[in-house]
Amino acid sequence: MLAVNFLLLGAVLFCIGVYGVIARRNAVLVLMSIELILNAVNLNLIAFALIKGTVDGQVFALYVVAIAAAEVGVGLAMVLMIYRNRRSIALDELSEMKG
Amino acid sequence: MIAVVSSVLAQASEWVSPTIDWHALAPEIVLVIGINIVLLLDLQLPDSKKWAMASITGFVLLAAFIPVVTLWVIGDDTRSLFDGRYVIDEYALVLKGLFLLAAYVIVLMSQTELEEGGYYQGEFYVLLLCSVLGMVMMASSRDLVSIFVALELLSIPAYMMAAWRKRDEKSNEAGVKYYLLGVFASAVLLYGMSLLYGATRSTLLTDIGAALSDGDLIALEVVAVVFVLCGFAFKISAVPFHTWAPDTYEGAPLPVTAFLSVASKAAGFVALMSIIFIAFPGADGVSEPLIWTLAVLTMTIGNVLALRQTNVVRLLAYSSVSQGGFILMPLAYAGDPNAGGSALNAVIVYLLVYAFMNLGAFAVVMAVTRKTRSAEMSAFGGLFGYAPGLATAMTIFFASLAGIPPLGGWFAKFNAFRAVLDAGTTSAYVLAAIAAVNTVIAAAYYMRVLRIVWMDDAPDGDTSPIVTPAPIAAALGLTVIGTIVLGVLPNIVARFGDVDTLTGALGS
Repeated sequence: MLAVNFLLLGAVLFCIGVYGVIARRNAVLVLMSIELILNAVNLNLIAFALIKGTVDGQVFALYVVAIAAAEVGVGLAMVLMIYRNRRSIALDELSEMKG
Repeated sequence: MIAVVSSVLAQASEWVSPTIDWHALAPEIVLVIGINIVLLLDLQLPDSKKWAMASITGFVLLAAFIPVVTLWVIGDDTRSLFDGRYVIDEYALVLKGLFLLAAYVIVLMSQTELEEGGYYQGEFYVLLLCSVLGMVMMASSRDLVSIFVALELLSIPAYMMAAWRKRDEKSNEAGVKYYLLGVFASAVLLYGMSLLYGATRSTLLTDIGAALSDGDLIALEVVAVVFVLCGFAFKISAVPFHTWAPDTYEGAPLPVTAFLSVASKAAGFVALMSIIFIAFPGADGVSEPLIWTLAVLTMTIGNVLALRQTNVVRLLAYSSVSQGGFILMPLAYAGDPNAGGSALNAVIVYLLVYAFMNLGAFAVVMAVTRKTRSAEMSAFGGLFGYAPGLATAMTIFFASLAGIPPLGGWFAKFNAFRAVLDAGTTSAYVLAAIAAVNTVIAAAYYMRVLRIVWMDDAPDGDTSPIVTPAPIAAALGLTVIGTIVLGVLPNIVARFGDVDTLTGALGS
């Protein structure tokens, strides 16, 4: 069934996204990995909406798209801010505070 | 595909606009209007008059408090909007009141900090109000979509507030760490929510609860429950998802730290409570051991790490992690028929008391660091000699955090223990024993700070008195009164433990 393939694709995207968040050291790439997870969520929601025959999932997906855009807006502003102050967006260099 | 489209069209033709109970939504509406007023006034006011923004924000919060009070006074029935997706009941009203009050104290604390630091003021208060709106919505949300929207509405402004000192590298680091881990956590939470929707065919919490309760859990449901709980564990900084908390708390401006550690954390707990009590009673086979483990890890590791801190702000950060463990503890027995009601009461009471004592502790640290310019523990030496008032307030808050009677923290801890012991199982007794040991460990580091405050000499011999600005003094007064009153007269909040009204209203 087609919809089940979407669920599988969603799971694969989710795993790639989680790997990216953990492994990447570049702030923009981490943001992109988070977007991958959110897209996995959207795929899941729409596939489930197809399987179950309800619209709730599609409505939920619209909310996720809108809020993800707001999140990335803030995220890119923060990346810009650390770039201005340190000339670098490497996350492992963000270690002023320890302990 | 065609089937879906036709079902959408069929639903569209039957659609009638929902009746809206404007009185029930009044707190949110007042906040939305207030946000716009503050935003527009900020554009008009010249820099010399920006100080007025704090007072206006305070008025907006108090205005939003009025409908909460009127709804409480009328409070005969549960008001349910949008097919039970947005519910105003006693539980929601108590928490809305808590969020508005906490935000008011934060505004009092922010005023001098923002003026003296030369930060943007209008924008700060707009973001603060937006975040509070998200929290107030969270208290009423009974649907995965509205919980998610409320969570993001309260988090996104908080990310920006954490990075408010934008030229300061520590504040940058605080904001970026909070943002990345927070967004990652919401993404994981959302993935869990999508699976939950797929497994139960609904986003409404009561429907999910019904679907999870019939028969055994399937694998998809187990995975969904674990993902959702882990997503919220980030929000409430439960170990092992706490790594952002100490750095963010240290790097962010102090009023923001107080806001994150009290209001934002309480909102995470509120969402967790709604989900656990309404949607997950049928999944307690999964949620109980998971929350049990999180609670034990959170209180133990938070405490052990707090023991070795030398900076008071970092100490309070780890102490707030470990207090989170105590708040989480009763939730492990939410699905237990003996303990469910007292667990709900225990969490609400703990959140109320914790808000007062932790906000107060941060207010004292703010007042003192204005003079000492350092939050290192040694800088607090001799405080009793030159600022006896602040030293006494600090003693009250720290003793309350440690759980010493007759202060509020004692009653909160007592309630949490009682809820756990009500469950009466072996695992409950083990959890209570671990929590008791942790209470002693926690007392050790709170008392260490107090010993420095009372016994040591001022480090540089500078014993000029501290001038506490009026807003911070007002914040201190409110929190001292709250901490003492809740401890001496616990009956005020003990009635929230009425199992029938609260769990009954929740379950309906």
